[in-house]
Amino acid sequence: MKKLSTASKVYLLLVFVVLYAPIFYLIFYSFNSGGSMNNFESFTFEHYEAVFGDSRLLVILINTVIIALLSGLIATIIGTLGAIGIVSIKDKKMRNTLLSLNNVLIVSPDVVIGASFLILFTMIGVKLGFMSVLVSHVAFSIPIVVLMVLPKLLEMNTSLIDAARDLGASRRDVLTRVILPYIQPGIFAGFFLALTYSLDDFAVTFFVTGNGFSTLSIEIYSMARTGISLTVNAISGLVFFVTVLVVVGYYFVTNRTKRAGQEVQR
Amino acid sequence: MKSLVQATVAIIVVCALLFFVADRLESAGSAGSKDTITVYNWGEYIDPELIDQFTEETGIKVIYETFDSNEAMMTKVEQGGSAYDIAVPSEYMVEMMKEKNLLLPIDHSKLPNLQNIDPYFLDLAFDPGNEFTIPYFWGTVGIVYNPSLVADHLDFTSWEDLWDPSLKDKVFLVDGAREVIGMGLNSLGESLNAKDDALLRQATDKLITLSPNIKAIIGDEITPLMINDEATVALTWSGQAADMMWENEELDFAVPEEGSNLWFDSFVIPKTAANIDGAHAFINFMLDAEVSAQNNDYVGYSTPNAAAMELMDPEVIEDERFYPDEELRDNLEVYENLGLQWIGKYNEYFLEFKMSIR
Amino acid sequence: MFSKASKGSLFPYYIWIALFVIAPIVLIVYYSMLDLNGNFTLANYTAFFSSVYLKMTLTSFWYAFLITFFTLLIAYPTAFLLTKTKHKHLWLMLIIIPSWINLLLKTYAFIGIFGLYGPINAFLEVFGLEEQQILFTDFSFIFVSVYIFIPFMIIPIFNSLDKLNPTLVYAARDLGASSFTTFRRVIFPLTIDGVKSGIQVTFIPALSLFMITRLIAGNQVITLGTAIEQQFLVSQNWGMGSTIAVFLIIIMVIIMLLTGQKKGGRA
Repeated sequence: MKKLSTASKVYLLLVFVVLYAPIFYLIFYSFNSGGSMNNFESFTFEHYEAVFGDSRLLVILINTVIIALLSGLIATIIGTLGAIGIVSIKDKKMRNTLLSLNNVLIVSPDVVIGASFLILFTMIGVKLGFMSVLVSHVAFSIPIVVLMVLPKLLEMNTSLIDAARDLGASRRDVLTRVILPYIQPGIFAGFFLALTYSLDDFAVTFFVTGNGFSTLSIEIYSMARTGISLTVNAISGLVFFVTVLVVVGYYFVTNRTKRAGQEVQR
Repeated sequence: MKSLVQATVAIIVVCALLFFVADRLESAGSAGSKDTITVYNWGEYIDPELIDQFTEETGIKVIYETFDSNEAMMTKVEQGGSAYDIAVPSEYMVEMMKEKNLLLPIDHSKLPNLQNIDPYFLDLAFDPGNEFTIPYFWGTVGIVYNPSLVADHLDFTSWEDLWDPSLKDKVFLVDGAREVIGMGLNSLGESLNAKDDALLRQATDKLITLSPNIKAIIGDEITPLMINDEATVALTWSGQAADMMWENEELDFAVPEEGSNLWFDSFVIPKTAANIDGAHAFINFMLDAEVSAQNNDYVGYSTPNAAAMELMDPEVIEDERFYPDEELRDNLEVYENLGLQWIGKYNEYFLEFKMSIR
Repeated sequence: MFSKASKGSLFPYYIWIALFVIAPIVLIVYYSMLDLNGNFTLANYTAFFSSVYLKMTLTSFWYAFLITFFTLLIAYPTAFLLTKTKHKHLWLMLIIIPSWINLLLKTYAFIGIFGLYGPINAFLEVFGLEEQQILFTDFSFIFVSVYIFIPFMIIPIFNSLDKLNPTLVYAARDLGASSFTTFRRVIFPLTIDGVKSGIQVTFIPALSLFMITRLIAGNQVITLGTAIEQQFLVSQNWGMGSTIAVFLIIIMVIIMLLTGQKKGGRA
């Protein structure tokens, strides 16, 4: 593998700087003793202390994470199966129809999705709260999973599957040993982007939640009128650091075990 | 495949753990109390300490939910599916909710502290006899500006000052049809509740001549911009102006003399209420002079609670910009519910105006 | 041979489509034919064909196009270079993580960053340039939109580049193809599915962008998404809001048909 040229490195660095700039900006102000993201007065940890003193906010944070992870997981399963099914459809018209339907929720503004889900849930008589929010998040995350898995499926060489079948693999084996490993990057991509959808969503959650269930987004948006408190910055900063630590840590741990495993085999 | 299974298991384990923690945190908060009420309010619109104090005093646990717009709140109440015992709509929304039969009457005999409220704020047109509402905060719409950044002759005692050529590309407006079209109507000396196509047309045409001065039409984001001296002049609500002036002492606020809007946020008991007694207890608690004074200190908007004002810093309550005397208040109008047809028209004219600013 | 077994895998997916796609569409179409008093009418549809909404449709398209174009322009090289790094999957994760922080918070951060006294202007000043109001311009609007969509574009492209067989590239180079020809004739065609997928998840939602049209563009850009938002929440005119939503869906279907896979199904 060739080494990246300096120009390439600078380019990547620039992209990362831009991506992280607003986040570091938020974190910077989470240490501001003044009440807002405006003038930096002096350094303080008080907003971080406030996070741990506010059990309501902590519960909301946990709710947010649970909803994101669970909805991401369920949406990924349904979406991946759906994408495999769509690819297997031979009728071109049928396939295009399904794909168009798939994208309806991506093009619909959140308010429309939220309002129609709310009407749907109250019509069926679902109690609003954790379940209704979870189901809605699964619903609007499925299309992104399909769109991430689909290109991997289309790239897949059919002869791979034929070969497996010729060698006597059962359908189940074909799915678990050939198809899934091949499209795995697409599945992970779908899952991670489903997390993004879930964590970012305000409008849909707002409409379908109730009975005391709340997520971080709802708290943040409803604070806009009177000013977003820096406690929210602090909580975002904490979430950010924990996420980065988990991801980096997980990456190096699995890498090491993989390498160790390979060495043992040798 | 193996890593997919591993990831799935990991997610489920993490979720189960989080569930457990959340459950522990929640049960720690409510030590065995079965009595709860759900309060539906704007974010950061109450001192959270008071909620704890209320639970201590009455044993009623408060579930606090938040919304970010009157309309969205009404949709939730209208559709049901969740029990809200208290909501805090603005006055025009009170009328709309009344029309749709979304409110329950309030029993004044359960609110001994109601006597703390300044009678001026009781029995208003949007709710005669306070059958459904108890005032929470009030304010006006006006112009917040930075005197050091505008020409000396501008003091915004008149809406006409906004049209001053020196303000080219400097004026910010709030993203609200009633506020902006209302300002157009006020500047013509008309009522901001006008139901007359010709007048609305005239007001819109007048607003379009303001376009060169307009920098942007935004919402709550105006607060940081004004604080940072990035925006010079903005049409906004008095409550927000107070927030800005708290952080940037150079700013000033004026309500033009041609007239403007007077607004109220009130407690109501929506028809979704499950604990009506609890709701009354909460309202009565919030009307207490000391509680109200403390809450006002936290929120910073103008309070209708006369008894609380006596406990507050005189400098705050003597500030005519936020506590205008009755004579000044008489120049102001409360929004009437114009009906959906006219609200639609206001929004169409507002859209036309928005499309003209570039 | 994805055949029969995989048909069964569609079952939960079909349930999802029926409940959360078809049912809402039916609801939206129904509402779009109601006026404010709840009577049946087609007036909303005729209202859509007024100059205001047509102009908005065009604006939405134009900005969605610009956003997609710039997102692709930045994302493709990023994805390409990422596949060449040592810990490529880690770097890819680090591209996604920023999108997990609440968008409204990040938007407020951008308001600060772009501000007259923010870091960008401070930086410009070092070079002797004058302070500029960056907020409420086309530039800031497109910049922040691109920022939002970049992970959505990078990931599918990264995935299709990642599995690209390097021998193909070496072969092309050995046969004397220039870098550019190799890219145009070998790499790009092989990653086209990833690019398409990236364009779909950028262009389609960009059509209905709202919130940042107000926060970052100060309502100087008005998209169909903003209009729907306003109709639903402010005017309480669900009929008109639904009508615009119906048109958005129609537009999306047309785009899907135009960019749809030409290849038939897999046998």
